[in-house]
Amino acid sequence: MAEQEHYNPPGGLAIKDCALVAIATGRRARDLRELRDGILEADVASIYYHFWGGLLRPTFDDPRYHNGFAIWVDHALHFSSLAEKLSVIDPIDFHDMDGLRKRLVAVIDSELRPGEPCPEAPEDNFFDFIRSQIVVFRTSCTLADPVELPAALAAMSRTSIFYHFIDARRRTPDSTDDFTCWLNDIDRDGYAELTTRLASIDPFFATLVETREELTRTFEDQFAR
Amino acid sequence: MPDLLSQYADAVGVAAVDHLRQLAAPLRGIRVVHVNSTRVGGGVAEILSKLVPLKQELGIDARWEVISGDSLFFKTTKSFHNGLQGSKVTVDPRELAHYEETNAENATEMRELLEEADIVFVHDPQPAPLLKLVPRRRGKWIWRCHIDVSRPNRRVWDQLSVFLSGYDASIFSLAAFAQGLPHTQYLIPPSIDPLSEKNMPLEEADVQAVRDEFGIDPSRDMILQVSRYDRFKDPVGVIQAYRLAKRFSPGLQLVLAGGGADDDPEAGDVIAETQAAADGDPNIHVLLLPPDAHRTINALQRAADIVLQKSTREGFGLTVSEAMWKGKPVIGGDTGGIRLQIIDSHTGYLVSTPEGAALRIRFLLHRRKRLEEMGARARDYVRDNFLLTRHLREYLTVMISVANRAEERIELE
Repeated sequence: MAEQEHYNPPGGLAIKDCALVAIATGRRARDLRELRDGILEADVASIYYHFWGGLLRPTFDDPRYHNGFAIWVDHALHFSSLAEKLSVIDPIDFHDMDGLRKRLVAVIDSELRPGEPCPEAPEDNFFDFIRSQIVVFRTSCTLADPVELPAALAAMSRTSIFYHFIDARRRTPDSTDDFTCWLNDIDRDGYAELTTRLASIDPFFATLVETREELTRTFEDQFAR
Repeated sequence: MPDLLSQYADAVGVAAVDHLRQLAAPLRGIRVVHVNSTRVGGGVAEILSKLVPLKQELGIDARWEVISGDSLFFKTTKSFHNGLQGSKVTVDPRELAHYEETNAENATEMRELLEEADIVFVHDPQPAPLLKLVPRRRGKWIWRCHIDVSRPNRRVWDQLSVFLSGYDASIFSLAAFAQGLPHTQYLIPPSIDPLSEKNMPLEEADVQAVRDEFGIDPSRDMILQVSRYDRFKDPVGVIQAYRLAKRFSPGLQLVLAGGGADDDPEAGDVIAETQAAADGDPNIHVLLLPPDAHRTINALQRAADIVLQKSTREGFGLTVSEAMWKGKPVIGGDTGGIRLQIIDSHTGYLVSTPEGAALRIRFLLHRRKRLEEMGARARDYVRDNFLLTRHLREYLTVMISVANRAEERIELE
């Protein structure tokens, strides 16, 4: 499937929506070393799921940890210092999942001592590596002009925000979002200030509803002028 | 009477129902058959009685078929059920042969429907052999396991898995339940039905009537655990937690509500232990309710200030979501599917001991604002994650997935 098809249909921006379903990989970690090896060998789809999958569930004002690995390291291994180090890793700092995978392994390696026992999880709290599958479908909405963005954003579902602003990072040439791609295609220089603002929105530490609000405000600032 | 989808839109929001309609659009007209072993009673029948009509409203040609069998057949499938949950049971060759013969008779009756279906969902062990008995099938077949198979009796699992390996996919409720099967294993947690008797809104008069029936004083705090009388649900631990908390809340009342399962030989012992632990305390109500007391349980959950599910081992524990849907914070055992439902310190608390439970009871009873905020968050969390509409959305996603091979990304036109 051509990458271009996903984000820039002729004639405007087709608003899409998505649904995720989780799939067991069969891989399970009982201790920190097995978690490390699992991260090293797991399908990138699994790394993706444990970082971003949680965003499709509601998050709370102040979740202590921000990805599935950190949550498990704290909850099952009671290794809060490592959980903090894992939690601060922001996936948008990485162009691809392999870069993120290497960073995770490096952080865990810094805490593992060769020959020394490593923390183990209780029998009923092993880490299950999960991957997700995304089904993308069209909505009835297609935008012909960027001035339509503020109203369109305000009406978008959480999953649609996920697709266009987060999932897009995996399929757009510059690891950016669908709105930026569309604006660049129309007038890269004219929308440079706006796309810079979009790039500064970090969706990882916000809920999808908060991200939608911030995007809506950003587009309103631009197009209400 | 509005259609079912409109009724759910009132509970979950119009956007969630629109999402279902869009997702189902490419599935319009396909023939889907669900097969299980009972039309009434039990969680599977309860889910199918709503999922199938909802799929029909979305334009899917959905059918629900029920296999029949005699007492030996159901005795055998009960052994499978218990063995999959880890019990030391055996299924002897005679029982196994009868299990296959009964499925063969059912396959003969349903053959045309099953051969022509685009997707067949086979629920739990009872109809599992059907796949092999319909060799001219044209559609995709999915085995849906509703049972906690995290620690199965290996011999029983091996006997059953012979019938499962040919399926195109299976669905388990939790990652910890997934098994070594040679096909894609989807993960779909169970759900509660907001329109069912157990979860529908009740008038305050209905709640008060249940308080009156059991002698619960509405002017004093009440904590509740709804569960079978099973040692893994730790009813005695709940009484210990109540006693510890009561020192600081002298008016506290505890209600333990559950049924005596006919198929659980230990239930009688656990009820006796629980009553002994209650030791005649008039503020501890040990209730034995019939299996269809859904409305009573609904009212008790609404009457409670805090709900406990202090299990030491749990498959999923949907009573947690039932209570959360009624805006109650839940103090639950840190185990199994309870961990998926309780986000510690946000929608309730995860605890490991009676002391931990008592501490959280004390905290919430003395911080009413926090209790109410937590209950509101719990309700929101269930609305987004554990209602039937989410369950349906994931079924639709799986149907699209199996029709398109289980690639990471599926783009529908």
